[in-house]
Order: sequence, then structure tokens, then C-alpha cells
Amino acid sequence: MIYLDNAATTRVTEEVFEQIKPYFCEQYANPSAIYSFAGKAMSAVDEARKNAAELIGAETNEIYFTAGGSESDNWAIKAAAEINKDKGKHIITSTIEHHAVLHTCQYLEKQGYEVTYVNVDENGVVRLDELEKAIRPDTILITIMTANNEIGTIQPIVEIGALAKKHGILFHTDAVQAYGHIPIDVNEMNIDMLSASGHKLNAPKGVGIMYIRKGVRIGSFIHGGAQERSRRAGTLNTAGIVGFGAAAKIAKEKLEENAKKETELRDYLIKRVIDEIPYTRLNGDAVKRLPNNAHFCFRFIEGESLLILLDQNGICASSGSACTSGSLDPSHVLLAIGLPHEIAHGSLRLTLSVENTKDEIDFTVEKLKEIVARLRSMSPLYEDFVKKQA
Amino acid sequence: MYSEKVMDHFNNPRNVGEIENPSGVGTVGNAKCGDIMRMYLDIDDNGIIREAKFKTFGCGAAVATSSMATELVKGKTIQEALQVTNKAVMEALDGLPPVKVHCSLLAEEAIHAALWDYAEKNNIKIEGLQKPVNDIEERLEEEEQ
Repeated sequence: MIYLDNAATTRVTEEVFEQIKPYFCEQYANPSAIYSFAGKAMSAVDEARKNAAELIGAETNEIYFTAGGSESDNWAIKAAAEINKDKGKHIITSTIEHHAVLHTCQYLEKQGYEVTYVNVDENGVVRLDELEKAIRPDTILITIMTANNEIGTIQPIVEIGALAKKHGILFHTDAVQAYGHIPIDVNEMNIDMLSASGHKLNAPKGVGIMYIRKGVRIGSFIHGGAQERSRRAGTLNTAGIVGFGAAAKIAKEKLEENAKKETELRDYLIKRVIDEIPYTRLNGDAVKRLPNNAHFCFRFIEGESLLILLDQNGICASSGSACTSGSLDPSHVLLAIGLPHEIAHGSLRLTLSVENTKDEIDFTVEKLKEIVARLRSMSPLYEDFVKKQA
Repeated sequence: MYSEKVMDHFNNPRNVGEIENPSGVGTVGNAKCGDIMRMYLDIDDNGIIREAKFKTFGCGAAVATSSMATELVKGKTIQEALQVTNKAVMEALDGLPPVKVHCSLLAEEAIHAALWDYAEKNNIKIEGLQKPVNDIEERLEEEEQ
């Protein structure tokens, strides 16, 4: 099997798993308990929090553990909206956010909030001029993702953070795809709140963080016990949190090295696909993109067929194709960068890890060439195109 | 998510291709929903469908339903071919996931579109055949807009 869907989730590495293991059968104490048996669990959680914070230049007590990226996004946006409702009810986001942000914004619209969805350019970069123009006296929150989960485009977070600061508006960023993969500094970038998820960086599923800058007053999202300084109730997921911390520590140490390796492999993959498969386009910014993301559209074919055939060759990939999500519309991100429906339907996302090899990429490109040719040979759109050319 | 039969027809689609100078050809679907099917029919003087071929742009279910539809109409009379409904196509494939039912409707529509073309070319009226609404023209207009 060749696993090229690391934006969907990653493998828990042995190094991380070894550190998690004791917290199931041996160190099972509730970390919040008073007896000394709980001490080791609590200090492991503290250590994890420190590692999670250091990766983004935050203070340890600015990190709150959650159940994942979607929870963090929901918490940040809903709680910021609620606490500021007397100041205003206007939120700014972009057209290419993850659904955890988009659907939360749509939920708030039903509650009487107004949301401006800022457009992106053809590479998927948020239009800063449009963003600045969207700011109003009653704007209470700007939420823009650090990097896009489909096409990998990295957003101008420094500029957006500066803009938010200048206007005194809270700035939240969904960094689920970026955290641990590209450098993030919450102070340099003026980030007030940040969401991240463990399973995108070799930690287990079901654990995430929310960074909340000291002094940002937002309420609880999960009510109950006094965990996480009373801001996020629920018994601490010790094993998950330890895994998150371990993965964050490794990510910090190896960020540059891993990014360099992945970028080289990514660019090799992109070059081969674009050079060797005609009528193919790379989506997203060629340079300002996540080190592990390659995203293509192959004209005249449809993404789901492509994925099934790749799977039959042992290659795990994804598309953003309408069919797989059960909706008929192609990806909102691809439409937002201006692609027509029929091109947007033929999309493929390949997301690498440092564990992928050049041989795997070569095999994938060879199979891709065969599969695309086969699907085109049975496509009426290709038939029309060829006849028109003749 | 797909039955074995669907996978079989997707992996080894029957009757892929074109027919030169077909008795009837019809294209249905549109780019918006991501499925376009084109069906070619060769119909003899006795009104028997001698050959059926297809080309499809679409998901696994779209390919499989096109393939099955061509198999089901081959050797049939025009009236028999009109009985090949989306339900018949789905049943022959041992079912489709709910979100893919529209593919079987498209397959039925493709048969009708090809028969409509045949009727128009021969200036005849086929009892029980309505003009297919979902034709390629919509797609072409969309592109031009």
C-alpha cells in the first residue's frame, strides 16, 4: 500500500505510540485527582501542554486541550461571537475555509450574525484588499485558515493578523493542516486563537488544541468540571494529550528537515504529473503551499473513478470530489478559485509524509498515467475535445 | 460502498466506445452534477437493437450503470428497450447507494435520448417515448455562458 492521504490523517509513529502506552493500563489515574497516583498523569499532561505551546511560540497556560480541530473551531467562533454580541455581530471569514468553520458561521447567521465571506485569487490566496474593505465597526472576529486543506495554499497570516490588530478585532486561525508542518508564531502573526488537531501530525485521533491568547475573554464551550482552568470541561484524555505533546515536540525538532524532504518529493511529483499527463493543472499556489500537498485537476475525467482505480493499485488518495462526500457539488474550494464545474470534478489530492519514497511516487505517477488515459478513452468530453481539435 | 456487480461493471465495462454512423446517439447529464453519458445504438430494419455502445464521464456508479444499460438493451426491440428503466438497471447491478440513484436515472435517460435521435432521423414516432429533457445542449449552453 502507498499512503498518500496524510492531509486526511497520519500514522501514529512508534516513537509517539511508545510514549502513550503507559497511560492506558498502568498510569490510568484521572489526572485531576488529588492522590499521588495521579501525579504522573498530570505531569505528563503539563509536559504535553508545554510542547504544544512551544511549537507556536505560545505560553503553556494559553493551550487548552480539546477533542480535535472541529471542536476548537466551533469553540473559537461561537464563543467569540457570544461574548462580543453587544459590540457587534459581524464576522469575516473566507470562501475556502474548512466546513468546521463555514458551517459554524452559517449556524451563527441563523442566530442573527452577519458573515462576510472574503474571496480568494486563482491560487487560493485570500484577497487582503477585500478583507480590509470588509472590516466594519461592528466586526468582532476574523477567522481565516493558516493553510487550505484541499489545495494546500498558505495564507498571508502575518498580514491578516496585523490587519486584525490594527482594527482591534479578534483573529482566529484554523491551523489544522499547518500546525507542526510550517513555522507558526502566534506573537509575530498576532494570532488570538488557533485550532490544531493531533492526528494530522502523527498523534492519535480525538485530541486537539485551542490556543487562546492571555487576556482574550471567551467563554466555555463544554460546560461541566473545572478541567482546563474551567474553560473546557471533561476528564482529560491523558493518552491522547500525551501523544499530542510527543508529536508536537518531534514536529518542532524536525520541522525544517521534514519540510525540506517533503517539499523535494512534492515538487518531483508535481513536475512529473504536469510534464507527463496532458491537460492537467496544479491547483493552489506553486510556492506558498504546504510542503506535503499536491493537488491536480485532470480534464475530461471525474475524481471518484480515479480514486477507485488508484485504490485498486494500492494507492490511497482523495479528491474533494462531490461523489465521495455524498453531495453533487464539486469542492467549494475549487469553485472559489474559479474552476468550472466539469474541471473541478476531476480533482486529485495527494498528500505526502516524510515516510514516502521516490519509488512510491514513481509508481504512483506511472499508474496515474495509465488510469487517466483509460478514463479519458471512455469520456464523452474527451471524445468531443479530440474531434474539435481534428 | 458499491456492490460486487457495480465494481465488476466499473472495472470491466461492457460496450465502451463509439459506433460509426449510429442509428441513434444521445448524450445526457451535465457537468454540474458531474455525470455525462453518451449512448450509441445500432438498430436494424426490424427495429432490433443490434449493438449498443457508450462513453461516460462520471463516478464509478455512472460508468457501471452505463455499462449495464447497454447490456440490457442489446438484442431488444425498441419497445422492450423502453422498458429498461432506472429500476431495472439498479436491480441488475444489485443496487446502488442512495446518493448514486441519479446515475441510474441518467442511464435510462441516455437510452431514451438515443432512441429519440433514431426516431427523429427516421421521421418516426416511438409510442411512449418522451423527448429527453436532460440533453447535452444544456451543458453546451452552460459552457458558453
